[in-house]
Amino acid sequence: MATIETAAPRNASQFKKRVINDMSIQVATVNGSGSQTANSVLLRSIFQMGIPVSGKNLFPSNIAGLPTWYTIRANHNGYIARKKEIDFLVAMNAETAREDVMNLLAGAGVVYDEPLNLKSLRTDLTFYPVPFDKLVAPVCPDARLRRLVRNMIYVGILAHLLDIDLAETEKALNKQLGSKPKALALNWNAIRAGVDYAQQNFQKFERFGVTRMNKTAGKILIDGNSAAAIGCMMAGVTVLAWYPITPSSSLAEAVIDYMSQHRIDPETGKATYAIVQAEDELAALGIAIGAGWAGARAMTNTSGPGISLMAEFAGLAYYVEVPVVIFDVQRTGPSTGLPTRTMQGDILSTVFLSHGDTMHILLLPSSVEECYTMSMEAFDLAEQFQTPVFVMSDLDIGMNNWMANPFDYPDKPIARGKVLSSADLDRIGKFERYRDVDGDGIPYRTLPGTEHPLAAYFTRGSGHNEKAGYSEKPEDYKNNMDRLRRKYDTARTHVPAPVVEEDPNAEIGIIAFGSTHWAIIEARDQLRLEQNIPTAYLRLRALPFNDELRNFVKRMKRVYVVEQNRDGQMCDLIRLNVSRDCNKVRSVLHYTGFPIDARTVTDEILTQELTG
Amino acid sequence: MATTAQSPAPTRKVNRIGLDVLPYKGGKTTLCAGCGHNAITERIIEAFWEMGVDPYRVVKLSGIGCSSKTPAYFLGASLGFNGVHGRMPSLATGAMLANRTLKAIGISGDGDTASIGIGQFVHLMRRNLPLIYIIEDNGVYGLTKGQFSATADLGSKLKSGVINDLAPIDTCVLAIELGATFVARSYSGDKKQLSAILKAAVAHRGTCMLDVISPCVTFNDHMGSTKSYDFMKEHDEPLHEIDFVPFFENIEVNYDPGETQEVEMHDGSHLRLRKLDHMYDATDKLKALQAIHETHNRNEVLTGVLYVNNHSKDFLELLNMVEEPLASLPQERTRPPKSALDTIMEELR
Repeated sequence: MATIETAAPRNASQFKKRVINDMSIQVATVNGSGSQTANSVLLRSIFQMGIPVSGKNLFPSNIAGLPTWYTIRANHNGYIARKKEIDFLVAMNAETAREDVMNLLAGAGVVYDEPLNLKSLRTDLTFYPVPFDKLVAPVCPDARLRRLVRNMIYVGILAHLLDIDLAETEKALNKQLGSKPKALALNWNAIRAGVDYAQQNFQKFERFGVTRMNKTAGKILIDGNSAAAIGCMMAGVTVLAWYPITPSSSLAEAVIDYMSQHRIDPETGKATYAIVQAEDELAALGIAIGAGWAGARAMTNTSGPGISLMAEFAGLAYYVEVPVVIFDVQRTGPSTGLPTRTMQGDILSTVFLSHGDTMHILLLPSSVEECYTMSMEAFDLAEQFQTPVFVMSDLDIGMNNWMANPFDYPDKPIARGKVLSSADLDRIGKFERYRDVDGDGIPYRTLPGTEHPLAAYFTRGSGHNEKAGYSEKPEDYKNNMDRLRRKYDTARTHVPAPVVEEDPNAEIGIIAFGSTHWAIIEARDQLRLEQNIPTAYLRLRALPFNDELRNFVKRMKRVYVVEQNRDGQMCDLIRLNVSRDCNKVRSVLHYTGFPIDARTVTDEILTQELTG
Repeated sequence: MATTAQSPAPTRKVNRIGLDVLPYKGGKTTLCAGCGHNAITERIIEAFWEMGVDPYRVVKLSGIGCSSKTPAYFLGASLGFNGVHGRMPSLATGAMLANRTLKAIGISGDGDTASIGIGQFVHLMRRNLPLIYIIEDNGVYGLTKGQFSATADLGSKLKSGVINDLAPIDTCVLAIELGATFVARSYSGDKKQLSAILKAAVAHRGTCMLDVISPCVTFNDHMGSTKSYDFMKEHDEPLHEIDFVPFFENIEVNYDPGETQEVEMHDGSHLRLRKLDHMYDATDKLKALQAIHETHNRNEVLTGVLYVNNHSKDFLELLNMVEEPLASLPQERTRPPKSALDTIMEELR
C-alpha cells in the first residue's frame, strides 16, 4: 500500500546544499516485530537535540505480520503536521519495500535490508544496503531475540547517516529500557553495531541531516490519550467505565496506570476511584451515567462504533440531566472502517446523538495540552450543566507522540455545579428538580444519600414536569424542552472560546479544529510566503458555537472550513449557524485515513481561489 | 410522586429506626387492578419498613416496562432512576460505585431482563454487585399489549391463541450459574414467602436475584397460560417454609437441624428454611440447578430460596475502594498534589 500521496516533483536544484533539520523519515516494518522501541529512540534522540519533532504511527488493524509505517518529522520551524513527502526511508518490510521505494521523490535516501536488493529499482535515490541478519548475530547470541533487536541496528545506521548525536541516542534508549539492564545492553550493542557498520561503509547522507538547536528545551513528549488521562486524574474523576476499542483503549489504560500511582489513599492503601471494564459500550455509558447521577465524577471513553451504541443512553442523560464525560477518540468510519486510522468523522452524529431534540456540548482539543486541560474543563462543564460533555479527540492526537510544554497544575478548584445539600434544603425549604430557578436553564439537583425529606425525586426518561413528576401534558413537555434549549444557549459562553489569529490584510479566513490545526499553521505560512496570500484563522474549540464564529465569517470575504471527513460535517454546522453568510463558507476536506498535511490544504485553497 | 414529609399521626406505629410506614410508601399505582406487580410493591414496602432500612440511603432503579414503573409506587423518600430498556444493571452499578453506602433495589420485568437486557443481566450476576434485583415475571410484554417474552413456557398460549414454541430462559438458573449469591423464586400471591425472601434479601450483601411470578391480569391470566393465578395455585411447589429472624429480634432456639436449614445473613439476621424436601441444601449450587430443572420438567414451579452463598466477595469489595462514598470525596483526596504532576512531567521530558 502506498503511504505517500502524489506530491509535486522535486526540483533538483534543491539538493545543492544539505537540508538541515527539515526532513521526514519513514520506517517501514512488519507489525509485531518490535520496531516501536527503535522508533521511539530515534524520535527522542532528535527531540533531545532540540529539534521540533512529531512521530506518527501508520499501523494496520492487526497484531502481527502486516505492514506498518512509522514517520518522524523533524522541522526547525516547528511544523509537526504530517508531511506527505518522505526524505528518508528505512525499508525493513519485504512485502512493501518495492512500492515504498517507487513512491519516493527524487533525492531521498533509503536504508534497506540487503537481501531485498532494492538498489536497482531507481537511480535518483541514495541507497544504503545493510546486512541486518549478519550484524545482529554477533551482538545477540539468543536467536529468539534477534528479530526484535535487529530493528535497533537501523537506529545506529541513521545516527551516522543523519548526524544524530549518539549521546542523545544512548540517553533515549536509557529512557525506554533503563529499568531492564539486560535489554538495555543488548539494544545498545545493536545500535553500536549499526554505527560501526555505517561508519565503515557509508558516507554521511549528503542531502538531509540534523544538527543541534534549542527549540525543545524543557518540553515533554506525550500522546493525547495519556495527556487526557492525566487531565482526568487531575479533574478528580472517581468512576471510569469503558470497553476496549482502538484508538481509545490506551486512554483508559493510561488512567488505570496513573491512578494506581497517584490516587491511592496513603492512610488506607485504598483507591479513591473505581474503574470497570464493562461488557459493552452501552453498559460503559450506563455505569458512568448511574455514577454521575449518584454524584461521582464519571466518565467513559470510546470511538465511533461505541458512540453509535451509546446513542440511547446519551439522550437519557441529556433529558434527565445527568453529568457525564465521554471521550470520543475518533477513527475512520463508518462501521468497522479503518480502525487504526484517523478521522474527524463523528461531529454530526455526536452533536445530535440520540433521538428527539438532543444537542450536546462537544470539546475539540487540538493538542496534547488541550487533551489535558479540556479533560478538566469537561468534568466541570458536565457537572455545571448537568449534561453529557463529549471530548472529541482523534487517533492522530490520541495515539501519536507530540511535543508539548509541561502541563500546568490546575489553578481553579473543581466545580461541582448546582447540588443541594440537606443544609441547603433546610435553608430553602423547597426543591423542584427541573425548575429554572436562576434563569440560565440549569436546575438544581440532589444526590442519593442526602438525609432530608425534601431530597428525593424520581429521575425518569419519560415526560416530566418541573417537580420531576410524570407528565404527558403538552405545556410541561414544551416547557422542559425550552428550558433545555436555554441551558444549551447558556453553555455558548461557558465552553472554551475559539482562538482567533488575525491578519489585518486577510480577506480569506480559515476555520479548523482538532488535529487539523497543525496542518493549518503550516499551510497559512505556505500561502503567505509562497503565494503572498495572508489568511486569518479561527480555531474552534467547542460546540455550541458563540458569536465569535459568526463575526469572523461576517468580516471575511471567504472562509475555508478544513476538516478530516468526506461530508464537511463541521462546515454544515457552521453554515447553519451563519445562515446569512453561508455562501461564503467553503469546505476543504481530507479523508484518506492518514493525518492531514499542510500541502493538501494549501493546494486545495489555491485551487478554489483560482476557480472562484 | 410524594417527596415531602408527612406529619405523623399521633398514634403512629414505628419501625426500629423510628419511622412510620409513610416514607416507605410511594405514589399511587397506575397499573391494572389485580396486577401481581402491585402485590410485590406492597411486600417491598413492608419488608423495607419492617427491616428498618433508612429510606434516605436507598436508591431505586428500573428499566422500561410495567414492572419498571413500580419504583414510583414505593419508598417515596428515596431517589429513583427509571432508565432505558434493559439497561438498569449498568445504572445500578454506577450508582453503587459512586456511593457504596447506599442500598440499591432494581426492578425489572421478564422482557426487560431476559430479552433486551440479557447482556447486562448476566454481567450483573457475574459481578455480584450489592443489589436486590427483582424480576416481576409475567411471561408477556404488558405495555406493548401482550407479546410473549423469553420467560414464557414452551406451549404457553397467548389470548389470541398463539402458542409459544421456544423454550424459556430460566433467570434463576442463569443467576446461580453466573455468580449471584442469593437467588430465589417466588410468587406475587404468596404473601408470607415473598415477605420472608425480601427481608432476607435486605439482609444479604451481594446480588440478590428474585424472580417473582407476577400474573398479568390483562394479557396473560387466561386458561393455557403458565404465568396465571390459576396455574400458580396448582403448580407452585415451595421448597420450604421460610422464617426470617432479623438481627434486631431474639432468636428462638428450638428447631430440628435435620428438618431446618439455618443460614446466617451478612447483617446478623437468620434465615430458617424448614425443608419440605429433606435433601435440599440451599448452599449447594449444583443441587439447586438440578432441583430447578427437575421441577420444571414436571411442569411445576419451584419456589423459595434456591441458592444462597454468604462467602463470596461482592463487586465493591473486589475494587478495593475507600470506605467513604466516592461521590463526596473532597478535592484534596481526588486531585493529586502538584508534586505528583511534576513527577509525571519529569518522566516525559
